[in-house]
Amino acid sequence: MSAAVIFDALLALLILVLAWRAVTDPLRFRAVVSFVALGLVLAVTWFRLSAPDLALAEAAVGSGLTGALLLAALRRWDERDVDGGESSERGEP
Amino acid sequence: MTGKLSAGILASGVFGALAWAVIRLPTPAPGLTDQAFGALDASGVTNPVTAVLLNYRSTDTLLELGVLLLAVVSIWALGRSTGAGFGRPPGPLFAGLLRVLLPLLVLFGGYLLWIGAFAPGGAFQGGALVGGAIVLAVLGGLSPSRFAGRPALLRVGLTAGLVVFASIGLAVMLAGGWFLDYPDGFAKTLILVIEAAATLSIGLTLGCLFIGGEPTADDRSEPSS
Amino acid sequence: MSAAPATLFLLVGAALFALGIAGVFRESEALRRIIAVNVMGSGVFLFLVAIAARGGGRPDPVPHAMVLTGIVVAVCATAVALALADAAHRSDHDDPDGGTR
Repeated sequence: MSAAVIFDALLALLILVLAWRAVTDPLRFRAVVSFVALGLVLAVTWFRLSAPDLALAEAAVGSGLTGALLLAALRRWDERDVDGGESSERGEP
Repeated sequence: MTGKLSAGILASGVFGALAWAVIRLPTPAPGLTDQAFGALDASGVTNPVTAVLLNYRSTDTLLELGVLLLAVVSIWALGRSTGAGFGRPPGPLFAGLLRVLLPLLVLFGGYLLWIGAFAPGGAFQGGALVGGAIVLAVLGGLSPSRFAGRPALLRVGLTAGLVVFASIGLAVMLAGGWFLDYPDGFAKTLILVIEAAATLSIGLTLGCLFIGGEPTADDRSEPSS
Repeated sequence: MSAAPATLFLLVGAALFALGIAGVFRESEALRRIIAVNVMGSGVFLFLVAIAARGGGRPDPVPHAMVLTGIVVAVCATAVALALADAAHRSDHDDPDGGTR
């Protein structure tokens, strides 16, 4: 098996595992982190599929900024939940 | 439980349909590759993706800048921001990192803008870096309330991309062509001007998306929310 | 061997899309649904780029431009969706100073 095939198979596997965890992880924080990692692996995939412009944009905007937005929202909501008196830890199930 | 099961069945059905479509795709892959590369000389740039974005399908990019503006307006309509939610002033390590990173990000954004004509890059990538610089600055203590005093400056920056793009399109019409039909020989220059304005707008817009509210002066009693 | 990676990623893109749809219907929280919709979007982008790479040789630049536009629009939609969810969250908690962050 050539190295390219192994690389593609690994990429595909990583994408599927990260996407699965992003959607189904019981801790919200871990789901967001998986999503950010998914964006970065997708950026590598864009390179593999000969789309370098997309790789630049995905790494910065798709993964970086979306991740920052999600994490900021998550922190804001957790703080508000805690202030409101609920005993929810960070990343409630 | 049945709800989750039916969601799984739906997903499997969708995947099955898509997989069937993949198998049935025609083998000499049809596409617009030849047309896109064939017209590249007349388009004014050498990067085919930039040619598609700023020349062949320039109206789509114009509308995309409109979508960016619409997103900022919507978010501003939903609340204000004094930056209090972003908390602490930066520690010495982060401050030192910012001192190096922020100018580098802006410089690299400009570099990507310039090189987008003939290598991977362009307005969106450059704008993304500028937006990232703004996000870092906000996280490092730059308060959005600073912009509350002169909203005009921020608004000019946010709308510059869309306004320049549409103006050039209309000016070309006044000169006798179709909307956004660049005259021969001017395509390269016009694309660069449009992309420069777009980079500024995209960067500011992405930064405003992160800040999350219309910048307001810090005079309200502020519960941490 | 240049057409084979495209086919693999076509299927992966379809799988991501299906996974996202299942996530939208299964999850009840706003944040998780937003992540699921973004996963759907990523699946569509992967599908489009794989289609563009199918011929071997030079990739088709038109789907690349579409995906680039799509990435930017997706982040705008995510930001607005998060702001809406935040407004709902604020009203759930009866935030007295509703509207300032």
